[in-house]
Amino acid sequence: MTGRRPKNQPEGGQAPVVQRIRLRYAKRGPMRFTSHRDFARAFERAILRAGVPIAYSQGFTPHPKVSYASAAPTGVASEAEYLEIGLRDRVDPGELARALDAALSPGLDVLDAVEAVGGSLADRIDASAWRVELPGVTAKAARQAVDVFLAAAEVPVERLTKQGRRTLDARGPVVRLDAPQPADVTPSEVGGVPCAILDLVVRQVTPSVRPDDILSGLLVAADLELPVPPRATRIAQGALTAQGELVDPLAADRDPAVIGAPLS
Amino acid sequence: MSEASVAPASARAGQTVWPQLEQLLPKVSKPIQYVGGELGAVVKDWDAATVRWALSYPDAYEVGLPNQGVQILYEVLNEQPDVLAERTYAVWPDLEALMREHGVPQFTVDAHRPVRAFDLFGISFATELGYTNMLTMLSLAGIPLDSSERDESHPIVIAGGHAAFNPEPIADFIDAAVLGDGEEAVLEITAIVREWKAEGCPGGRDELLLRLARTESVYVPRFYDVDYLPDGRIQRVLPNRADVPFRVNKRTTMDLDAWPYPKKPLVPLAETVHERYAVEIFRGCTRGCRFCQAGMITRPVRERSITTIGEMVKEGLEFSGFGEVGLLSLSSADHSEIGDICSGLADQYEGSNVSLSLPSTRVDAFNIDLAQELSRNGRRTGLTFAPEGGSERIRKVINKMVSEEDLIRTVVTAYTNGWRQVKLYFMCGLPTETDEDVLQIARLAQEVIKAGRAATGSKDIRCTVSIGGFVPKPHTPFQWAAMASPETIDNRLKLLKQAINSDRSLGRAIGYRYHDGQPSLVEGLLSRGDRRVGAVIRRVWEGGGRFDGWSEHFSYDRWMTAANEALAPGVDVAWFTTRERDENEVLPWDHLDSGLDKEWLWQDWQESLSEYEQPDCRWTPCFDCGVCPSMDTEIQIGPTGKKLLPITPVNAGLKVPS
Ligand code: SF4
Repeated sequence: MTGRRPKNQPEGGQAPVVQRIRLRYAKRGPMRFTSHRDFARAFERAILRAGVPIAYSQGFTPHPKVSYASAAPTGVASEAEYLEIGLRDRVDPGELARALDAALSPGLDVLDAVEAVGGSLADRIDASAWRVELPGVTAKAARQAVDVFLAAAEVPVERLTKQGRRTLDARGPVVRLDAPQPADVTPSEVGGVPCAILDLVVRQVTPSVRPDDILSGLLVAADLELPVPPRATRIAQGALTAQGELVDPLAADRDPAVIGAPLS
Repeated sequence: MSEASVAPASARAGQTVWPQLEQLLPKVSKPIQYVGGELGAVVKDWDAATVRWALSYPDAYEVGLPNQGVQILYEVLNEQPDVLAERTYAVWPDLEALMREHGVPQFTVDAHRPVRAFDLFGISFATELGYTNMLTMLSLAGIPLDSSERDESHPIVIAGGHAAFNPEPIADFIDAAVLGDGEEAVLEITAIVREWKAEGCPGGRDELLLRLARTESVYVPRFYDVDYLPDGRIQRVLPNRADVPFRVNKRTTMDLDAWPYPKKPLVPLAETVHERYAVEIFRGCTRGCRFCQAGMITRPVRERSITTIGEMVKEGLEFSGFGEVGLLSLSSADHSEIGDICSGLADQYEGSNVSLSLPSTRVDAFNIDLAQELSRNGRRTGLTFAPEGGSERIRKVINKMVSEEDLIRTVVTAYTNGWRQVKLYFMCGLPTETDEDVLQIARLAQEVIKAGRAATGSKDIRCTVSIGGFVPKPHTPFQWAAMASPETIDNRLKLLKQAINSDRSLGRAIGYRYHDGQPSLVEGLLSRGDRRVGAVIRRVWEGGGRFDGWSEHFSYDRWMTAANEALAPGVDVAWFTTRERDENEVLPWDHLDSGLDKEWLWQDWQESLSEYEQPDCRWTPCFDCGVCPSMDTEIQIGPTGKKLLPITPVNAGLKVPS
């Protein structure tokens, strides 16, 4: 905005942002069925319930200052979602995390909070790690499919988007894909029903490639059929190192000196 | 659609179906609506409860969840230590198909228990268009559609809500109906079930229903026989058991301050039609609009005090985190202390971005002070005024006492206070209506825009004209009236559209929304239908009818085909809808007592035809509608002279909600 008040702007305006805080949160169990919009609404209410001194945008319909890093798809659980809020009064990040966590429904859990010192969250996230449980699939079948998938140079899959059907390459952005032999019985493996696990690291690309695209890829490339809907969980997000590890996007805020992020 | 009902869960009663349901959710749209986990939701130990209620609003979750009636009863019941109440809603056809395929029964969203396992299944009908959804729920639950085929293992199916004032079309499907306010009724019913169970369920289902009927305020259709005359009219409705009352009374909760619910409103994760903390500021209405069933059947007026309203809003907002407060009633600006309530709330939430809305505001009760309080926190929620009739004449017929000058002044007040857009609601198809009455709507809208432009000096103002089809309802002076045919209505709506657009400049500022006449005719059939209409509902449902309140699901042809097949010649859709009744006809709901004196209703109907206006008994003497003496109630209004309490600052640091 260039200094001029927009048309019909109320007098007085809103208090300025004096502190920015970044949160890591989880979507667990049944709450994995929340869409991003559902979460956003619940979060705005949690802000009010917890008495968070949130800052608002200017205008006739002021919006709370909340911005989200890329959201896990509806139906996918996550241990590593991120957002940033702007506050009009300073608070202790730990207390804020506790208050917000209590204000959200169980299963939507605030795990971590740090004061933002600079940089943008989006710049610190270029890949996601996922864990996908495949009930009814043996580890052996999963491993065979994974080998075929990884051997391919390209695995085109179709996805239904708002713009219609589009084809994307599920293989390209995959940094890692494993189907480890379960060392012990996994939580879902009860009563003799096998349950394979996929460990997956995917680079963020546009359009994004998500776990269900990889599963489509496993079906297309290696005929891996799923008798029961799979259960996917995002385990981590962050910047990809040369070794294929993900760097916690809040690390730079927590300890700016080490990483050398610029202080604002 | 398959009609095979889902077999009762083989698992232990009350055991969750979540593991099976969870497998289906990735395949359906908006799965979050089936998950529960809302703030305010209560999950209790099944085995520790003695009486268990499944409560429903028979529509999609997004419409059903905000329903105040269900929320209030849910909380009232769950506050009882030995009572458990959970909620269930209509599932969309995509999930219904999967549930039938995989044998997953109708479930509650709280703990995902099968509805079949509960003692009572209470369904609140705000509109008759929810009837087919009730059949889907019963079928998915594994409860026989016919109440006569149920045994002790099935829940007692109880209808409530406004449509329960004529439950005859669903008499075959329900076990009982409760008329009027539910708070005290559900506790009384609970007590009867508790006692009957403690005694070892003597006499089975029949005995329990008899005990309910003997309260004289629970209607059990099977205990009444209906005889018909050769011409199809009802001859009489008589009890077929000793001890069963000839007429069943409605319930009235007199002291709203003693029932300050919802205290812990349900806060959904899914998007719903109303996202706000809603508090009823009064019940009942004596404005006397002759088409308005809600106003007639909820008399007398009972206000909640300003003090209680203030406390409820404070606690409700703290609990829920909603950003909007809705002050609900049939005519919110009529509360005797509405000015103080609005300014008090605006003071308290100054700077907090909490906004205030009055969903039903009468034209004549809206003023500049109210406008300013409603917009003080920077937000302006939508304003809707309902003159209902386009011409001065038709407004006298319906007793909507609003003059054209009042309307224009009020809307201009809104425009000059910053509203750019106002919605005006009208009805089409009213008794005695002519094309000319409807065309007056166009002129009125044009006058509003002209006056608004003159007062604001701006062309940036709009109004939307929204038209609904009139449906005559039981327990109103129009219960005898003939409905207009869909063709008449559609033709008038077309003429109206041309009239609105006859002036290009003004027409551009007027939006026009309407529903065609066909759904209204079906609503008319269901509203004033009798037990013979039940066969039509069943056929429509068997033919795939679901979600009749949704235009994309509603099928007029399906209803008309079913009616042709199921109704006797001569006693057809027209007979139920477009036929005028005479004074002596026995109406299907005559044995259900809303308190209104039938003679008074008839007199008011005659006065309507002579365009006589009936003033409000809050400010002029009692006009003897019959409610207060017969129900032993009285008008309860302020002002109390008290101020809104507490005046503590709302924002005081971080809170860790429990
Ligand atoms: S009985 Fe009299 S006072 Fe009571 S609602 Fe009717 S008209 Fe009003």
